[in-house]
Amino acid sequence: MAASNTIRFLLDGNLHEIENPDPTETILNHLRYTMARTGTKEGCAEGDCGACTVVIGELDDDSIRYRAVNACILFMPVLDGKELITVESLRASDGALHPVQQAMVDTHGSQCGFCTPGIVMSLFALDKKNKNADGNAIEDALAGNLCRCTGYGPIIDAAKQILGSAATENSGGLKARVDALKKFARHQTLELVGRNALTGTTKKYYAPVSIDGLAEVVEQHPNATILAGGTDVGLWVTKQHRELETVIYIGGVSELQEIEDHGDAIDIGAGVSYTDAMDKLGALYPDMGELIRRIGSVQIRNSGTIGGNIANGSPIGDSPPALIAVGATLVLRKGSSERTISLEDYFIDYGKQDLRTGEFVARVSVPKPKANQHFRAYKLSKRFDQDISAVCGCFGLTIEGGIVTDARICYGGMAATPKRASHAEAAITGKPWSEETARAGMKAMEQDYIPLSDMRASADYRLMSAKNLLMKAFVETTSSAQTRVLARGEAGNAG
Amino acid sequence: MPGKLSEIKGAVHADLRHDSAHKHVAGNAVYIDDLPEPKDMLHLYVAMSEKAHATIEKVDLDAVRSAKGVALVLTAGDIPGHNDVSPFAGDDPLLAEKLVEYIGQPIFAVAATGIEAARAAAEKADITYREHPAFTTIDQAMEAGSAIEPMQTMGQGDPDAGLAGAPNRLQGSFRIGGQDHFYLEGQIAFATPQEDGDVHVYSSTQHPSEVQHLVAHVLGRPTNAVTVEVRRMGGGFGGKETHPAIFAALSALAAVKTGRPVKLRLDRDDDMAMTGKRHDFRYDYDVGFDNDGNILGIEIEMAARCGRSTDLSPAINDRAMFHADNCYFLGHSRIKSHRCKTHTVSNTAFRGFGGPQGMLGIEYVIDDMARVLGKDPLALRMANLYGEPGRDVTPYGMTVKDNVAGELMETLARDADYAARREAIRAFNENNKFLKKGMALTPVKFGISFTTTHLNQAGALVHVYADGSVHLNHGGTEMGQGLFVKVAQVVAEEFQIDVDHIKITATTTAKVPNTSATAASSGSDLNGMAALDAARNIKGRLIEFAADKYDCPKDRISFRNNNVYIENKEIAFADLVNQAYLNRISLSATGFYKTPKIHYDRASHKGRPFYYFCYGAAVSEVIIDILTGENRVLRTDILHDVGRSLNPAIDMGQIEGGFIQGMGWLTTEELVFDESGRLRTHAPSTYKIPTASDRPDEMNISLFERGRNVEATIHRSKAVGEPPLMLANSVFLALKDAVASVGDDTCVPTLNAPATAEEILMAVSDMQKKAAE
Repeated sequence: MAASNTIRFLLDGNLHEIENPDPTETILNHLRYTMARTGTKEGCAEGDCGACTVVIGELDDDSIRYRAVNACILFMPVLDGKELITVESLRASDGALHPVQQAMVDTHGSQCGFCTPGIVMSLFALDKKNKNADGNAIEDALAGNLCRCTGYGPIIDAAKQILGSAATENSGGLKARVDALKKFARHQTLELVGRNALTGTTKKYYAPVSIDGLAEVVEQHPNATILAGGTDVGLWVTKQHRELETVIYIGGVSELQEIEDHGDAIDIGAGVSYTDAMDKLGALYPDMGELIRRIGSVQIRNSGTIGGNIANGSPIGDSPPALIAVGATLVLRKGSSERTISLEDYFIDYGKQDLRTGEFVARVSVPKPKANQHFRAYKLSKRFDQDISAVCGCFGLTIEGGIVTDARICYGGMAATPKRASHAEAAITGKPWSEETARAGMKAMEQDYIPLSDMRASADYRLMSAKNLLMKAFVETTSSAQTRVLARGEAGNAG
Repeated sequence: MPGKLSEIKGAVHADLRHDSAHKHVAGNAVYIDDLPEPKDMLHLYVAMSEKAHATIEKVDLDAVRSAKGVALVLTAGDIPGHNDVSPFAGDDPLLAEKLVEYIGQPIFAVAATGIEAARAAAEKADITYREHPAFTTIDQAMEAGSAIEPMQTMGQGDPDAGLAGAPNRLQGSFRIGGQDHFYLEGQIAFATPQEDGDVHVYSSTQHPSEVQHLVAHVLGRPTNAVTVEVRRMGGGFGGKETHPAIFAALSALAAVKTGRPVKLRLDRDDDMAMTGKRHDFRYDYDVGFDNDGNILGIEIEMAARCGRSTDLSPAINDRAMFHADNCYFLGHSRIKSHRCKTHTVSNTAFRGFGGPQGMLGIEYVIDDMARVLGKDPLALRMANLYGEPGRDVTPYGMTVKDNVAGELMETLARDADYAARREAIRAFNENNKFLKKGMALTPVKFGISFTTTHLNQAGALVHVYADGSVHLNHGGTEMGQGLFVKVAQVVAEEFQIDVDHIKITATTTAKVPNTSATAASSGSDLNGMAALDAARNIKGRLIEFAADKYDCPKDRISFRNNNVYIENKEIAFADLVNQAYLNRISLSATGFYKTPKIHYDRASHKGRPFYYFCYGAAVSEVIIDILTGENRVLRTDILHDVGRSLNPAIDMGQIEGGFIQGMGWLTTEELVFDESGRLRTHAPSTYKIPTASDRPDEMNISLFERGRNVEATIHRSKAVGEPPLMLANSVFLALKDAVASVGDDTCVPTLNAPATAEEILMAVSDMQKKAAE
């Protein structure tokens, strides 16, 4: 089938078609400077403040699944086949405010008003997704929307007001939108050719729809940037001002969006978002669910993927240490062949991964918990929500008859890659799981890491807290003492 | 019959919504970057110094000038007027000439057809630096004697004798971090050339008049060649007081030179690198006290990092000294203040303006004293409050006459169940090995008025149109704080018409001249009074006209409920206005206000710098994890005095917002500069302001019901912008209390602000070592 060179999306009930758009123009810039829809704001251009929040609707059988995302770091072509909703979309045709907007007015939820459109969109998405949201869920929905004026109380009140009111969906309108999205669903590769007006260079963008198609295009363009959620790649453009010559987007590859249960393990496709992986992994390992909840914000988790978190090789990604601690494996694909490696072996050194030319991350396989296995994950950061780890410590401990029979301890933020604490593991394996053993493990950990000092933490803090996390894991696996200042139903014991 | 008062919509003391709330939520409140872009508009990019302290040996911009899309390159040599955008000291070059003194200092600017083109062109510059030693920290500057002005001293009595004779004496030191404003809307200016070489500038600024003056100064033109306008800012917090002049002047200069409109909008990272922040402080003290904890003598020494230039640092550090007492009678006292010059960005105004640092210091001292005596810090706070004559004069010689701190604290302690919770916390800490709780109740006393006396003036302009609709303008700016709606309420109340009839209009230097910054919490005090004066001028003319026309004594004419009552005759306000128009009565008036009673002699640091004080108190309870230092605020209760509030709903928003912002300053917001002087936390990915889940789990805020300003302020209200920020001192002191629980009873912890998880873990570790000794 011939490739398409036109993106199509729905906005305010109208079909928008753009032939060969600039592949790396952000949705935010397009809205503000091409469409003059200036309600959506830029506060940071890195997906951290939420002033740019818009909602994207994706076809989900005969319904549409709506999710808040950061328009500032998403490229226009990812809108292809989707519905876009901005703050301007919300008012009724007679100009009446949407209930979410009205609630924000009623509760004095805006002061300077600059973050407000983004907050309205986050609350709109929450209202669509979870009418039963409790206080924690409301705070979580707002974690990616910084407000410098209100202190959040009135905004939380607005959320409670709308969640307590009747559903606002107009089902007749939904049907029309579902039909429209079905009509322009794409079944062939999207292939865009853009031109950088400044340099005159050509920019290419491929969005295959099958894994075979993806394998082919990756082999053809081995130096291309592979784009999944764009929560990292987007910043290469908006912050580092890099020119991406060729981009291959995996968001349309159906096989990569799947989560498959194999009985003793679940496979998570490289294109599965954090949001979709969170509940599945959280059901197996409660602490892993909470750890993923603390990756970025709702907006980031709706876009970003576990696959991307692994593939980019960052030493401070949160999912790799957790997945390594439970013994996950990684499936890499090149052409028509696949190979499987243990996840920890993928990370060779800073900026260096075991990824061959023309190869890409296909999925990660996560073993299910075994008998007597305890999993704990701790993320230390300056702020609880929407922050990057200073230290992320993950523990997969098997304790049988009071003896540690297997220990997989992996940290992020402590070395140039996510790295296992092999000395600490050796110091506790085969030993009775006692405070003395834990302390021996802590001591041994000094040989495992020589962490750096940076803006997130000093080397001293990193090592001291990393050691203490082993003590925390010990306490949590051997007593019911309260150990956590922030507790949201994960494995730890609430403070 | 005349109707009752207060039946109009939007009278004073009513809970009115923010006037732009509807537009905020609909996404059609217009900020400067939302204005339509003219097709020939240029974008300006500012290129910054890469070195903290260096001589520029060579600047080759040929490749920049010839780059695609470039229309103009601006350097210091292109400035027709004065190369200075400082508020008064003359030491803030718009563009660096030979010397650069911080990483981020503007060196040149590129105007191009698009921001990407301008940025890409700027990359082509060839600049050679010869580096000099850089002082980037307070300690380095203190050691080198590097200062923006001489050390200042304030005090009274004989502190040396007080200290020498005291039964207990304690010295201590701690550090207080800075803070980035993190207004959600970054710095922006948009200039359009006018005829005769004049220029109109939209500037996101709290200080349009100063921006106007500085743009004219840079252009070498009289002030009347420049008009500065701002409808609203997406947050200010002090960060848009002096710094917007840089961006306004660059865009105005480029607009005048090219004859094209020019926009300069900073990227978040550039904004954080280029613009000043709250001053960080080193705080040292030496205190003598009796066994009940009464202060008998104290010497306080503060050192602040001012950055590369003077900016507003003298007044900011003065305010730190003015608040070094907080609510406490210090008696024999000496307060020394060092204003360090460093090779970092010039620090500037930030909500509280030095007050928070001074105030946190004395709270810290009293907390340390309580630890030494083994007493509850609250008892020492109560004991040291200002009181009767003999205990009512501040170190700067002002008598405290409106003190309600004690009443607020007692009420709050009772309502928030302080004593019982103190016991519960003690029990919790005994039973928990790894989690510890802490609690603190701290008061706030914050002086209201610009301490530079002449700034305490304001103007307003009110037009009443022949149909009875009203146009309101004043020198204050709207940054989200609700100033516009409050002033509109004042005018509605005076005319006794619904607030809907009053059009709130953008601040512009063309309507009200020579205004002061919307700062120092003074917005509604000053502009409310000025607008009231303008409204009264028009109302007076209407009364005179009606008295004449209806042959009725003036004192029998009253305005109520959208009507004017002339003895028993009722006329709609709009009708009387129309009659006045037909009879050639002027329906436009200016208004003016200057704050009475204030005076200050800076040489001796004595006088009455403040018209009155704002008071509040907060009690916060926290929990910390002593394995990781992680922490949370579990509950905060606040009782705050806003006098007779002009708009309680708006004031509640200021209190909560100020508290959370202060909490961020003292907990998660850490500015990290590396050894070269480069800011490493220059975006929200690395600089962490509070988010929704950081709000205390339980938060109770009350206004002080008896509150009434003893001075004749606008409807007896009190300022509210800054004081609530310092309620967050309770969070920091509660964290210190939790850390203290790790040691024995009289062990004094050292905790620096911000109390990040790292800072807390290190403090805990320190306490454990002390306890083991």
